Amino acid sequence: MKNKGDVWFKRITFLFASSIPFLLFILVFILLQKSLPAIVEFGPGFVFGTVWDPLADKFSALPFIYGTMISSLIALAIAVPLGMGCAIYLSEVSQSKFKEYIAVMVELLAAIPSVVYGLWGIFVLGPWLVKIIPGMTYGTCMLTGGVILAIMILPTITAISREVFQAVPYNLRESAMALGATKWECFKLAIFGPATSGIIGAIILGLGRALGETMAVTMVIGNRPKISASLFAPAYTLASVIANEFAEATSDLNLSALIELALILLVITILINGVARLLVWKTTLKYNPR
Amino acid sequence: MDKLKIKTEKLNAWFYDKQVLFDIDMNVYENKVTAIIGPSGCGKSTFIRNFNRMHETVPGAKADGKIILDGKDIFNKKYDAVDLRRDVGMVFQKPTPFPTMTVYDNVAAGIKLYSRNSHSKLDEIVERSLRQAALWDEVRDVLNQPGMSLSGGQQQRLCIARALAIQPKVILLDEPCSALDPISTAKIEELIHELKKDYTIVMVTHNMQQAARVADYTAFFLLGEMVEFDITTKIFTNPSDKRTEDYITGRFG
Repeated sequence: MKNKGDVWFKRITFLFASSIPFLLFILVFILLQKSLPAIVEFGPGFVFGTVWDPLADKFSALPFIYGTMISSLIALAIAVPLGMGCAIYLSEVSQSKFKEYIAVMVELLAAIPSVVYGLWGIFVLGPWLVKIIPGMTYGTCMLTGGVILAIMILPTITAISREVFQAVPYNLRESAMALGATKWECFKLAIFGPATSGIIGAIILGLGRALGETMAVTMVIGNRPKISASLFAPAYTLASVIANEFAEATSDLNLSALIELALILLVITILINGVARLLVWKTTLKYNPR
Repeated sequence: MDKLKIKTEKLNAWFYDKQVLFDIDMNVYENKVTAIIGPSGCGKSTFIRNFNRMHETVPGAKADGKIILDGKDIFNKKYDAVDLRRDVGMVFQKPTPFPTMTVYDNVAAGIKLYSRNSHSKLDEIVERSLRQAALWDEVRDVLNQPGMSLSGGQQQRLCIARALAIQPKVILLDEPCSALDPISTAKIEELIHELKKDYTIVMVTHNMQQAARVADYTAFFLLGEMVEFDITTKIFTNPSDKRTEDYITGRFG
């Protein structure tokens, strides 16, 4: 005979737990439903077209997909070496108390609101980049957006890589050291191999964050829906255009197109998070002590 | 008379403020097997982990006193720990092959750190090491398989081969059989017997019968002190200390 309290406990917690997949379902459903007019109007051409002209009711997504991808790749190019180096120092090299302070500061970096990053980007980072990089004329451009994103995803990459390194069993480090490996050799021999797929996971999670980041990027990237090969030219991302134009969407088709952009962004981030999950899961399964 | 290989003088060790070894004076003789026995927490692992200065890699760990290997004090600043570990190899309790490496690469891992060798030279060293570790016949056809795909006992012999490949003078075995089944244990004991022709061996063991079977000398540790050190047969048949007698007759521990 089951305890009555337990029956209710189970029912209530089940309700809470099932609300999450339900919410996700609703979210995707509404996005699909609302973007239907744009999907019907533009078809697959929406993804590959380069024109975004609300006045002429012509919409397509490529400039935004391009802006999102390139700014995120710039962010990765900067944040991956930096975050990885930091994680290696924190997990493998340092034995001083100093590293605890660094670790806390890395976490603090993640706690700063993105609008603050944006302000800082406009008033400090942008002008500063203009000053040091020849050929750069505007502070608000693709490059500034990428650099701001790099700073914002640095904590994710650092913290996760550090965790991945620390998940490598200590006795592997000892085995390498006992063979006479230096710290660097020890890292190459015993840690990097088992950690590889976890590192890829960390990078992809960082990428996922960069793709979806809205506020700070909107403030510094320039917001111009044109594909330009120059990193010094203004650009536009999926998240930014949605945030900027949603309130002023003039026609139903405009609104629907914005929602289709949201759908594209959602699909991209879900795919990337899925891949990350898979890789991280694979490492922990394979190399944790039996 | 047996030739002295390692001598410890007043060796003390700490983890933070807790002293775990007290003034240990002990000799290790060349081409002999020296076993360290004693109950859990008596400091026997810490003791041998000083021989290759692995002890000091743990946060809060320190040691003082002397450990003289072939006439040189290993705690001397001029003696680089990396060089020392080349002379004093170590095998741990749990088999620890490098998980992403093949059998071959595991054995070659150590040599690759020190010198560049031609493929044929490397093949030769790998084969020699695996033969010495009595594993060659079992793995010669699976050299390109992951080291982790071997059985536990084979993995432990793989780790021994990995340590042998860099041709150390001394091999430290830290409870090498405690994670293995009786058949694998017997194989490793047989192997230790063979290895002492070429190497000096110091092993920590939980298992007194194992010490009696393979060791020439045995030291009994209790609460961080070395209670007694003597020829193995003497320790097990006619110990001079009451505490040793109590331990080997199973009155505690």
